[in-house]
Amino acid sequence: MSMLKVTDLKVNYGGIEALKGISFDVEQGQIVTLIGANGAGKSTTLRAISGLVKTASGAINFMGRDIIPFNAQQVVAEGIALVPEGRRVFDNLTVLENLKIGAYLRPDKDEVAAAIEDIFQRFPRLKEREWQLAGTLSGGEQQMLAVGRAMMARPKLLMMDEPSLGLAPLVVRDIFSIIRDLKSEGITILLIEQNANAALRCADKAYVLETGRITISGTGEELLADQRVRDAYLGSAAR
Amino acid sequence: MWNTVFPYLLSGISVGGQYALIAIGYTMVYGILRLINFAHGDVFMVAGIIMVYMAASGVPLWLCIPLVLALTALIGFTIERVAYKPLRNAPRMSAMISAIGVSYALQNLVLYITGGLNQLYPTIPWISQSVTVFGATTKIVTVVTPFLTLLLVIALVQLINHTKIGMAMRAVSRDFETSQLMGIRINRVISITFVIGTFLAGVASILYFTNYTTVIQTSGAMPGLKAFVAAVFGGIGSIPGAVVGAFIIGIAENIIKGLDIMLFKLGLIHGPLGLATFSDAFSFALLIIILAVKPTGLFGEKNTDKV
Repeated sequence: MSMLKVTDLKVNYGGIEALKGISFDVEQGQIVTLIGANGAGKSTTLRAISGLVKTASGAINFMGRDIIPFNAQQVVAEGIALVPEGRRVFDNLTVLENLKIGAYLRPDKDEVAAAIEDIFQRFPRLKEREWQLAGTLSGGEQQMLAVGRAMMARPKLLMMDEPSLGLAPLVVRDIFSIIRDLKSEGITILLIEQNANAALRCADKAYVLETGRITISGTGEELLADQRVRDAYLGSAAR
Repeated sequence: MWNTVFPYLLSGISVGGQYALIAIGYTMVYGILRLINFAHGDVFMVAGIIMVYMAASGVPLWLCIPLVLALTALIGFTIERVAYKPLRNAPRMSAMISAIGVSYALQNLVLYITGGLNQLYPTIPWISQSVTVFGATTKIVTVVTPFLTLLLVIALVQLINHTKIGMAMRAVSRDFETSQLMGIRINRVISITFVIGTFLAGVASILYFTNYTTVIQTSGAMPGLKAFVAAVFGGIGSIPGAVVGAFIIGIAENIIKGLDIMLFKLGLIHGPLGLATFSDAFSFALLIIILAVKPTGLFGEKNTDKV
């Protein structure tokens, strides 16, 4: 059974149908990616799952529970964390506080402290900057912090919205290797990317979203080989 | 010369402390909601009225003080839930107009209850007694105010910088949506902000009205405005800024009240100039200058818009 099952999801934004009934599944332990152009509805999909936007109709089922009526705080408590687009670290909080706030709903202080140590081991550069305000970090470091902060909630499903956006090519490579590491540790990932090439290479399952509809789906490899995908999203990157 | 200046300085520091306690409410609410809570000065006045009526109905004073503080905080909580929360996603101007509405509603409610007559504030023992400090005779409350203010400010800064709820307040003040993604209940954080702000206004009302002894429906307007100016002067959104701004304004306007006598004693003038009239005008002139020259105030964030 799939971990997350989205069925015929519709979302309206001020009279505009942002999602016109999309359905997809995320299996436990997989990386699933949604690719598509700007305005296709990728972010809206994640925001709807997170409880940040109201859905018009359809179903979102997470580990057997209908999470449509849940607000953002309840969705986090269910075990879904979102790394938002543009990183959105709290620039007025220190690096350490940003991690602590990621574990806001976890009551056990010792566990949280241990989790922070884990994050620092994974990202030693954050450890070096522990007491700095997050606003002083570079874009790549902020992205690491945003991922670390989401991990602090101990999510079963980690959703990432354009994690490579606006980062230097070398840093983008780092981010994708982090994503692969997380997967190898058994974390399920729902990834949204404009960098379709890199996203498809690490994805187990992929969906193409076009103006609110899913038009193509398959494994990452299948989509990499698909002529329509190559023409529309991969361009010269796929040679 | 010192003997002439000191009493004015002393009362300036004291009034500054009272303004500071009110100003914190303005600055905290602005910091989290980007809303100028125009009703804040009136909540301060209502706290005074509650004390008057509670004491008159025979509740012992030692019980009145905590009850007044609790009720004032409850009023702050209720105002936010009723008048501001439904407008959370409306344009900022709507919430501001709502705040002005609450301000008039509170004033008129008190006008209706009191009939527009000055109400005598109960005499709270000990702090109402006279005391002589360095040759200046004043009420004990004048001396106690700055210390109590600093104590409360330190406690508040500790709360904001070193507790979980304080961290949540800082996060919410920066980014509502991402705070929700962390599992923070933003409505709860906003309510707590109002409760703290109005609680401090309640403390200020006890100190202020013990000194000025009467309360009327417009009593909150002037201290409220001065505290607002202090918050803008210090950099709205900044708690240390509001406190520093409040002390500067409190001291400056009291020094101006005594300026005639000081200049006369220095032999610079030979008759009264009536400069005391300008003590209120000073605050507002300062507001205009600050807004024109440095709109972010002394300690204000450079970028007040949300990222």
